[in-house]
Amino acid sequence: MNLPTNWIQITPAADIPMREGRSVKMGSLNIALFNLGDRFLAVENRCPHGHGPLADGIVGGHGLATTVTCPLHNWRICLDSGEVVKPQAQSSPCVRTYPVKVENGIVMLEMSKKLSAEQAA
Amino acid sequence: MKERLVVIGNGMAGVACVEQILKHTQEFDITIFGDETHTNYNRIMLSSVLAGEKEYDDIVLNGIDWYQKHKINTKLGVRIADIDSAVRTVTDADGNVTAYDKLIFATGSSAFIPPMAGVDKSGVFVFRTYDDTRQLLELSGPGIKAVVIGGGLLGLEAARGLQVQGCDVTVVHLADTLMERQLDSIGGGYLRSKMEAIRIRVLCGRSTQALLGGTHVEKVLFKDGEEIDANLVVIAAGIRPNSALGKQAGVTVNRGIVVNDQMETSDPNIFAVGECTEHNGQLFGLVAPLFEQGKVLAATITGNRGPVFAGASPASKLKIMGVEVFSAGNFDCSRPGVEAIRYEDSSLGIYKKLVLKDGRLEGVILVGDASDDHRYMDWLRTNKDLSGQRRHLLAPPPAEDKGQDVASIPEGDTICGCLGVTKGDIIHAIHADGVCTMAQLKDKTRASTGCGSCTSLCKSLLRAVAPEFEEDKAKVLCDCVPFPQDKIREMIQSQRLKSVQDVLDIYGNGRGCEICKPAISYLVDVVWCGDHEEDRSARFINDRVHANIQKDGTFSVIPRMRGGVTTPAELRKIADVAEKYNVPLVKVTGSQRLDLLGVKKEDLPKMWEDLGMPSGQGYAKGLRMVKTCVGDEFCRFGTQNALSTGIELEKRLENLYTPHKTKLAVVGCPRNCAEATVKDIGLIGQDGSWQVVVGGAAGKGVRKADLLITVETTELALESAELFFQYYRENGHYLERSYDFVERLGMEKVRRETVYAVDEARQGLLDRLRKSKERSSDAWLERYNPRATQFVQIEPMETPVNEFAN
Repeated sequence: MNLPTNWIQITPAADIPMREGRSVKMGSLNIALFNLGDRFLAVENRCPHGHGPLADGIVGGHGLATTVTCPLHNWRICLDSGEVVKPQAQSSPCVRTYPVKVENGIVMLEMSKKLSAEQAA
Repeated sequence: MKERLVVIGNGMAGVACVEQILKHTQEFDITIFGDETHTNYNRIMLSSVLAGEKEYDDIVLNGIDWYQKHKINTKLGVRIADIDSAVRTVTDADGNVTAYDKLIFATGSSAFIPPMAGVDKSGVFVFRTYDDTRQLLELSGPGIKAVVIGGGLLGLEAARGLQVQGCDVTVVHLADTLMERQLDSIGGGYLRSKMEAIRIRVLCGRSTQALLGGTHVEKVLFKDGEEIDANLVVIAAGIRPNSALGKQAGVTVNRGIVVNDQMETSDPNIFAVGECTEHNGQLFGLVAPLFEQGKVLAATITGNRGPVFAGASPASKLKIMGVEVFSAGNFDCSRPGVEAIRYEDSSLGIYKKLVLKDGRLEGVILVGDASDDHRYMDWLRTNKDLSGQRRHLLAPPPAEDKGQDVASIPEGDTICGCLGVTKGDIIHAIHADGVCTMAQLKDKTRASTGCGSCTSLCKSLLRAVAPEFEEDKAKVLCDCVPFPQDKIREMIQSQRLKSVQDVLDIYGNGRGCEICKPAISYLVDVVWCGDHEEDRSARFINDRVHANIQKDGTFSVIPRMRGGVTTPAELRKIADVAEKYNVPLVKVTGSQRLDLLGVKKEDLPKMWEDLGMPSGQGYAKGLRMVKTCVGDEFCRFGTQNALSTGIELEKRLENLYTPHKTKLAVVGCPRNCAEATVKDIGLIGQDGSWQVVVGGAAGKGVRKADLLITVETTELALESAELFFQYYRENGHYLERSYDFVERLGMEKVRRETVYAVDEARQGLLDRLRKSKERSSDAWLERYNPRATQFVQIEPMETPVNEFAN
C-alpha cells in the first residue's frame, strides 16, 4: 500500500552546524535532525534506553555506520537504520528514522500521513 | 639416530614451516640458523612498530620458550658462510661446521638498492628488519626531513611511520603511479591524493641519481638535476631473493632458488621455502603463499609427499589508517577475453575495479573503501561463477550495512588468508580450547599473525561466539585514532594540527566517536594554549551549552561563587532567577556553591543574563572551584588568609580545561575544615608557611594528597599550585584524575618537573598557563555571541495543521 506522503519544511540548513544535531518539536513528536556534512539525517529524539536526547549526542562513525552517541549513558544509535549499535543488545527497540532532503537550502522532513497522524494522536 | 634437519633462516617462512613439520613428526633433530639476533617476529608488522601502533613484544611470533619447548638448536646472530652439499655440512661465519641430513633454505630476501651514489652515507637506511626499525625510530622526529625512495606498499607504510614520528616526509617514486604493481593508474591517482591528504608529499616519475652530503646525507639528487633536502633516507625500492648460498650449494638458481611443486630443489636433500624461492618463474614477496609453501614442504620432507604448491594469486592490503587500499589477483585488462567493471566516486575518493574472465573474478582493486575485500577474496579463492549476479558485483553495500556480519559467513570460508585459517577453525578453537582473547586465538590457530588485515574480523567472531571474550587491554585512545594519547599530543604538536577533524583525517578514520573526539578536543586546546580551531561538534553536550545535562535532558546551572563566598545581593538574584524560571530544585553543592537544577536548554542564556554571574564550570572537565574555610579573618584558630588566597587561586585557574574535573581547597590551619587533603590540589596554611598537596581524592576512592612542597609565602604557594595545575594539563591523559596521574608518574618525578624544575622549565609552565588564561573567557558570555543555534529549540517553518494539531 502506498501511503500518501508529504514533505514539511523544517529549518534553513545553515541552522544546524556540521556534525551536530538539533531537536525539532512537531506537535507531540520530537525529532533529532543531524547535519553530516554531505547529508542530513533524522531520527526520533529519544534513546530507547534512558530516553536521552539524541540530538545532544556526539556524531561518529565506524565502518559504514554513522552513529550518534546518547549523552546520558553512551548508547550508540545508527542514524541510517535507527538500530542500537552499542551495547549490542539485539532485542532493544529501534529508533524511528525519517527521510530528509534539502531543497533551496531548507531542510525538509517526510512524514507519511498515517504515521504522523498516529504520532500526533 | 634422529635425522638432522638444518634450517637456514629464522624468519616467518622458515619458522612457520618448522611449525608445520612438528605437526607431522617429532623425529627430527632440528637446528635453525638466523643472522638476526631476534627470535621469529612478524616482519610485516614492522611498519606498525615504526608508526607507534605496536611495540616489539606485540609482534613476536615465537618466543625463545617455543624453541626450547621443541628442543630446537637455535643459533641466533649466526650467518652461514659455506655449504658442502657433497658431505652435507654447513659452515658458519666463525668456521663451526654442522652436519645435516636434510637442509631447508629459508634465507628470505634483501632490500634492493638501486644503483646510485652515496648510499653508504649515514642517515641512509633500508626498512627490512627490527634493527632497521629501531634505528629509524631513534633518528626520526620533528624537524627531520625524511625521503622514502620507493612508492610501493613498504615505502608508503614506512613514510606513514616516519610521519607519525613527526618527520616531514616525501615519497619519491620511479614510476608514474604509486603501487603500480598492485594498482592501475586511476587507483594509483586516488591513492596519491589520499597520501597527500595525510600530508605526505609524493613525487612520481623521479629517478634518483645520488644521495648528496658529507658523511651524513643532506640532499637527494634526481636524474633531471632537481634536488630535495633530506636528513633521513629510507630505500624501499623492492626486494631480491637471497639465493647466493643456493648457488654455493650447487642447486639450480635463476633469480631465486628454483623449487618444484613439492618445494624440492635440484638436490634431493635440499629444500627451500619463502622469499628466497622461485616457483614456475614466479618470485614471492607477500606472506600468504609462503605459509602455503611451508605446509607443502612440511608434507614433502616428512615423507607425506602429496600436497602441491600451485603458485599464488597475490593479495595485498596497505596498513595505513584512513588510506584503504586492497589489491588481489591479476588486473591486467589487455589480455583477450578479460573485462573490467568499475565503480568510482571522486568526491568520496572511492575507486573499485573488478577484472573478470569467463564470468569469474581474476583480479580486484579497491581504493578508499576496502570493507568488502573479504567477499572479493573469497570469489577469487573459490573461482566462483559470477555470471548470474553481474548487476550487483560492485553495488556499494547499503548504507545501513553495519560491516561484516560474521553470522552470515559460511563455516568453510577462509578468515585469515595468510595462514589459511577458516571460520570453522576459529569456532573450534573457541569451543574446544576455550579461546577467549585475541592473544589466545593467535596462539592456538595462528590466525591474524600474518598481514593482520583479518584482525577485526577475528575479533568480531570472538565477540559473537566466545562467551567470555575479553578485549585486549587498550593502550591506544580508541579504534578511531589507534595511538596512545602521548603520541597524539606529539602529532598535534609536530604536524601543527589545530582541529579535531585534522587529527581524525590525518591519523584516524576521519569520523571519530564520543570517546576520542572530546579527548582530542582537550589535547588540541592544551597543546596550542587555546589558540586552536574550536569544534563544538567534537565536545560533549555539557561543553556545547556550558551546563550539566541531567537524566531528563534538562540542565543544571551553577554560577561561580569564588571560594564559596557570596553576598546578599547575589543570593537575592539567585532566588529571583529560581522563581522566574520555575527551577524545580535549588541545592547547596558539596563545593560551597548553589546549583539550580532542571533548566531547559533554551532558557540557559536568559538565566545567565539575569544572574549576571560567571559560569562555575560545574559541568566541565576543568577547574571546578576552590573550597575554603574562613581563615584568619574570622576564625580564632586561623593562621593564614584562606579566603583571599582561595579566591585569588580560583581567579588564576578558572575557565581552563584539565584532563578531568579538578577540585581545589585552601584552608587556613591544619584543622583542615575545607578538606584540602582530599582535593586535587590543596593549600594548607600553618604558622608562617603553606603546605601544597596534590593528588587527593574523596570520590570513588579515597586518597590522601601527597605533599608537593612547603613554602613560606602565599605567592609561592599560589605559584606551586599553578605549576602543578599546568603540568597536569600538559601530561595527564584525558579522563585521568590527578590522583591517578601522580601515581602513574610518581611524586618524585612530579616534584622534579614542577616546583624543583630548573628556572626555564618552571617559567615555561607558567608562561603557557598565562597564555591559555589570556585566551580563555567566561563561557556564559556566549549568551551575547552564540555559536549558530546552540541554545535553540528549532521550531519547524511549517506545521501541517491536520496532522500535528494537538
